[in-house]
Amino acid sequence: MSGKPKLTYFNGRGRMESIRWLLAAAGVEFEEDFLETREQYLKLIQDGHLLFDQVPLVEIDGMKMVQTKAILSYIAGKHNLYGKGLKERAFIDTYVEGTTDLMQMILTLPFSPPEAKKKNLPLIIEKAKNRYFPAYEKALKQHGQGFLVGNQLSWADVHLLEAILMVEEKEPTVLSEFPLLQGFKTRISNMPTIKKFLQPGSQRKPQPDDKYVATVMKILKEG
Amino acid sequence: MPKVCCCLSSSQAIRSSLMAGKPKLYYFNGRGRMESVRWLLAAAGIEFVEEFLETREQYEKLLQDGALLFQQVPMVEIDGMKMVQTRAILGYIAAKHNLYGKNLKERALIDMYVEGTRDLMDLIRVHHKFSPEEQEKNLALINERATARYFPVYEKVLKDHGTEFLVGNQLTWADVQLIEAILMVEEKVSTILSKFPLLQDFKTRICNIPTIKKFLQPGSQRKPPPDESYVVTANRVFNRK
Repeated sequence: MSGKPKLTYFNGRGRMESIRWLLAAAGVEFEEDFLETREQYLKLIQDGHLLFDQVPLVEIDGMKMVQTKAILSYIAGKHNLYGKGLKERAFIDTYVEGTTDLMQMILTLPFSPPEAKKKNLPLIIEKAKNRYFPAYEKALKQHGQGFLVGNQLSWADVHLLEAILMVEEKEPTVLSEFPLLQGFKTRISNMPTIKKFLQPGSQRKPQPDDKYVATVMKILKEG
Repeated sequence: MPKVCCCLSSSQAIRSSLMAGKPKLYYFNGRGRMESVRWLLAAAGIEFVEEFLETREQYEKLLQDGALLFQQVPMVEIDGMKMVQTRAILGYIAAKHNLYGKNLKERALIDMYVEGTRDLMDLIRVHHKFSPEEQEKNLALINERATARYFPVYEKVLKDHGTEFLVGNQLTWADVQLIEAILMVEEKVSTILSKFPLLQDFKTRICNIPTIKKFLQPGSQRKPPPDESYVVTANRVFNRK
């Protein structure tokens, strides 16, 4: 029993990646158990480990937590990344919902049929440039600090950086009209815990490939 | 001796400042994503006002005024904020009105439970958008998920937890969202709770809480299930074909 949080998920980004990011940003070491076969997954269900028969699963502080949002909120609350007071919390919640919506579009892309993929990627980039990034650029401008909320790093900042890098992987010039987001990206990437997570050899996962998609579909018996 | 006209204008001033203090909900005149917000405010005993989106012009004006952070509704004006994103709004209301548990761990449980009921309600929320054939499949999915995935979990939580509520020993956001989900599924499958005796008791108990009982009565701000005109309005406002 190491006391470290233990993450159970596929060996790839998916819905678990935001959790890896947040733990890393908080400087919390964690272990991972990778789902490779359907049998492993069914055993987890049989043993009653998955409240709604779903992963991500994070064993943390004696709890078997499921539901990504719940897990992230708990980590943020525990590690002083959830602002100071109800209103800062409200802002953080609003911002992470926006970046969740954006990242969700990219997350599900590999699992859509090829024609849908071709059609959806430009739409995602368009949403990033016209809906989401303008909102965060404006938030940074109005708030006037290095961070989205308050005057220290919060879950909202970590989530936004993750989203920015994820979109940039698809469209490298996506931040060209957003100078404050460019500055934000540089600053937050250079924070020691995050810098470490961005280096090779960390627990950060690469972009999904065909093998990852096939593994997930096999385990969840979808399609 | 105070003049009558002074008394009238000061009570008008009080009335308008009380009005200004009420949360204001911007959405369509229907359930959609806003219904959970109406439930939670009602359960907390908070009066609210509503502005219904009926035309594209209204929506565009909100956009132009910068009132919608991500160009989307729901939007709730509350405590000087223009809040968007349903989950953020619900979290704020829950915390403000003592419906979010007493500590980090209770909060974690509440968060898990509301995410579960949210997933279940989302299946129903989109049901009316489907063709009749797709609706048949969706109904089977709703039935399966409710009886095999979600309701067994909440039945077990009630059994293991041993109080009247899902978390702690008082009403929380988790209970309010669960009752909303139960009633919503029952509208589609009336016998859905037949194998869940503790959920049946839970339903009776929670529906009898005064604020919730009031919300369940005709004339409240609770909205009916979506109909054809709701779909037409939403499509018009969002310029969908």
